Amino acid sequence: MVTILYFARLKEALGRASEELALPRDVSDLAALRAVLTGRGGAWAQELADARPVRAAVNQDMAAGDTPVKDGDEIAFFPPVTGG
Amino acid sequence: MTVRIQTEDFDLGAEVAALRKGNPAIGAIASFVGVVRDVNEGDRVSEMTLEHYPGMTEKSIEQIIAQARGRWSVIDAVVVHRVGLLLPTDQIVLVVVAAAHRGDAFAACEFIMDYLKTQAPFWKKESTREGARWVDARATDDTAAERWRLKG
Repeated sequence: MVTILYFARLKEALGRASEELALPRDVSDLAALRAVLTGRGGAWAQELADARPVRAAVNQDMAAGDTPVKDGDEIAFFPPVTGG
Repeated sequence: MTVRIQTEDFDLGAEVAALRKGNPAIGAIASFVGVVRDVNEGDRVSEMTLEHYPGMTEKSIEQIIAQARGRWSVIDAVVVHRVGLLLPTDQIVLVVVAAAHRGDAFAACEFIMDYLKTQAPFWKKESTREGARWVDARATDDTAAERWRLKG
């Protein structure tokens, strides 16, 4: 299982702040996980589409598409940050 | 090094006093305070709400301060960032850097702020007459952070 967190615009559009997901066997990096989520269709396909400016973190470090993901990880998807 | 995420306001004078107390090695202190404006993208902003990623926020700011310490001679640093509901004229963010000399203090303070804008997981949602909207990231903030790669 992995924990997936959603923040800001994504949290609102997807209607959830977090979920637990059994990692499909063929998913080993962030890009593959994002493709699984996009495959849910609807708001998921719209918000997480490759063309959208989505950022991600694995275990609270900024991550890229080729960042590995594994059981027990905390993964987060969010829009580009706007603090300060 | 101190990093605090809080809903309450902060006091620049008190933070500076605490930072320099009893440390005669400090010869320069640079600070930055970010404040909520009442206009953004041409629209009147009545209030804003800041959301963040607890845990990662603190970790990312600590990493940014560590990077600054690797580039300049920094004695100590404080970052305070507010979250929750904020109104125009409210303070949002504070960066204070103490060093032996001003060059290190100025540069590290600006570097920390530029990286915080593009790396620390905060998101602003502002209320305007047309309703609430998430603030879009600015390309100019990426440019500001990017230029530090070229300088040493």
